[in-house]
Amino acid sequence: MVEAGHFALVLAFVLALVQASLPLIGARIGDARLMAAGNSAALAGFLMTAIAFAVLTAAYVQSDFSLLNVFENSHSQKPLLYKFTGTWGNHEGSMLLWVLILTGFGALVALFGRNLPATLRANVLAVQGMIGAAFFLFILLTSNPFARLDPAPIEGQDLNPILQDVGLAIHPPLLYLGYVGFSICFSFAIAALIEGRIDAAWARWVRPWTLMAWIFLTGGIAMGSFWAYYELGWGGFWFWDPVENASFMPWLAGTALLHSAIVMEKRSALKIWTILLSILTFSLSLLGTFLVRSGVLTSVHAFATDPTRGVFILTILTVFVGGALALFAWRAQALAPGGLFQPISREGALVLNNLFLSTATATVFVGTLYPLLLEALTGDKISVGAPFFEATFGPLMVPLLIAVPFGPLLAWKRGDLWAAAQRLVFAFAGALLVTLVVALFIDRASVFAALGLGLGVWLVLGALTDLAMKAGLGKVGFAAARRRLAGLPRAAFGTALAHLGLGLTTLGVISVMSLETEHIITMKPGETTDVAGYELRFDGLQPHQGANYTEDRGVFALMADDGRTITQIVSSKRLYTARQMPTTEAGIATRGLSQLYVSLGDPTDDGGVVVRIWWKPFVTLIWIGSIVMMAGGTLSLSDRRLRVGAPSPRKTAVTPVPAE
Amino acid sequence: MTRKQKRLSIIAGALAVLGCATALTFVALGQKTSYFYMPADITTANIQPGERIRLGGLVEKGSVVRGQGTRVTFAVTDAADSVHVTYDGILPDLFREEQGVVTEGVFGDDGTFVADSVLAKHDETYMPKDVADRLKEQGVWQE
Repeated sequence: MVEAGHFALVLAFVLALVQASLPLIGARIGDARLMAAGNSAALAGFLMTAIAFAVLTAAYVQSDFSLLNVFENSHSQKPLLYKFTGTWGNHEGSMLLWVLILTGFGALVALFGRNLPATLRANVLAVQGMIGAAFFLFILLTSNPFARLDPAPIEGQDLNPILQDVGLAIHPPLLYLGYVGFSICFSFAIAALIEGRIDAAWARWVRPWTLMAWIFLTGGIAMGSFWAYYELGWGGFWFWDPVENASFMPWLAGTALLHSAIVMEKRSALKIWTILLSILTFSLSLLGTFLVRSGVLTSVHAFATDPTRGVFILTILTVFVGGALALFAWRAQALAPGGLFQPISREGALVLNNLFLSTATATVFVGTLYPLLLEALTGDKISVGAPFFEATFGPLMVPLLIAVPFGPLLAWKRGDLWAAAQRLVFAFAGALLVTLVVALFIDRASVFAALGLGLGVWLVLGALTDLAMKAGLGKVGFAAARRRLAGLPRAAFGTALAHLGLGLTTLGVISVMSLETEHIITMKPGETTDVAGYELRFDGLQPHQGANYTEDRGVFALMADDGRTITQIVSSKRLYTARQMPTTEAGIATRGLSQLYVSLGDPTDDGGVVVRIWWKPFVTLIWIGSIVMMAGGTLSLSDRRLRVGAPSPRKTAVTPVPAE
Repeated sequence: MTRKQKRLSIIAGALAVLGCATALTFVALGQKTSYFYMPADITTANIQPGERIRLGGLVEKGSVVRGQGTRVTFAVTDAADSVHVTYDGILPDLFREEQGVVTEGVFGDDGTFVADSVLAKHDETYMPKDVADRLKEQGVWQE
């Protein structure tokens, strides 16, 4: 059974080699049969990878400890859900998931790409095959999930307890769907460079893929941030940890790509830049994989620190990024330049978006890699943390966020900034009002809080203004505006919704950064303390036995001013027995959009316990905003105009095929 | 505007943004980053008063004093030297005596290190990489 999985993996590698070579040659010499071989190889490769993955999953579910990988990362007492998700909770399994998604996307191109020009599809599949072959080789040579143990141990070593969590079970698949989704954009970019031809149909094909990858990456990052927030017990939602940055860089570049692809599709402009962004976005995804998987960074994500793996992934990274950029330098001039536009126009606004997003990506890149570079060159060890990113990334985001509401209100080709500003007068008034209210009435509020919250409101109202203007509110009657609103393309709603979500996330982030309160106190049973207008009573510690852990539960009662108990908060210290590893489970009470967050510390000599209490105003907006952004993306993706895909090069009737 | 002027205006705008970002990055790299030291480095390193640094090493055996409310004191050692650290807050789950730790903060007037964050990274070997590398160099700690 297990050997069948290993064999399937080897077959998948061979199929990837076939997929990387035959269609490429076919497209070169114009042989339809060779080009078609790419489709079969892509489908068969996906099937083989799926078999390998299913075999590993089965081994985890059955707790087959004769597999080294299962022994090291599972335990027979582990809940079934975590046995299942434990498949990708380790280095080998997560790499297998990576290639499963990669071949899955290749299979989708093979299945639904019938209306693509044949040579373009062949070249795209070939590039996908090359990426696949490199990673299959990596898995087979350095990270084989099917390595055996003889004799088989009776019991496993258990999964790292902080990874035993629903949030983390779905975080890697979402993140990988995002990372690997950008590989399709990369393959399309390389295929366009090989052919030396690029047109609006290309952008129409790439845009849904970018959008889909972006939606998943947004979800993956938001999920990771939420997990860190409630699971690590430190109360933070973003630590500017190198591993977080590794997923944030492709997101920033992908967001830029999303916007430049619109310009390319609608106006045939920014072609070369869009190609470059496609290459860079996937390169950053590969860099993320390298940083996380190579162990150059110590973090919860670095499952193993085997130097051969790091060198191998670094080689893959160098070959693909270097090769792609060299091809770009060689061929990009062949692509015909696109349409013209005035600096003040929708295109101009999108260029501004790209300029700020790519510069911001660069600052995150420098902050993440500078310590590694410095240590390699001088041996000095420095830490680049939140203060650095707040001083560089922060200021770059401000002008971008101010500009966001203007973009959708400007016309293509030649826009009228003054007219757009007039339409945004309500949004500006709302933002100003919030700024003044925060500055004047909420004590402790700094200038930063007032302006930042005003900025968030500006984004939210700006997104609503966009919809209102598109519906013609104010120009036509209310009933007519409602009809027009209902008739708007879904992509228009998608844009507004995504920008609205950005505003909500901004509000949440600024609010927590500037208005949160934190107390560290010792409490004895029966004692109370005041937090943000509530009273918190400590009711003592209770021992409790879980499935594979023991814990001390600190029980707290949250009470209103009048002494009425609102809810109970349970915060605990757990000890996972198999690994003897302690963890802190935060106790969180949600009040409206805000949360009270209680973390338990050590007992003191006099019978009390150290407690850390945060009041986090509007913290949930951070993730609600992310969900709204994803909803906006999904709505755009479902737009009929996007689903049609590229038209056939021949003018004969072709049935439209979904592009996803 | 002619085509050339348009292109120039876009390039000028791009250069302005890039210039600002570069300036911000350089200033921030100089001011907003903190160096990593081990106790033996402290006497030779020229650390300015109030400069934020990261101090790493092993938690010295028997040095942890808890129970004065939320305040904890302990010593960080690298076998050659040791530094007293005070911290107000909750220590991480993986904080143990004779295990690796990285603290971040500034030196107080009396020579104790006042930490505002204590990290014992989530790694089953209980050993932050920075510390492990140095201890291996000094031969104090083997895998």
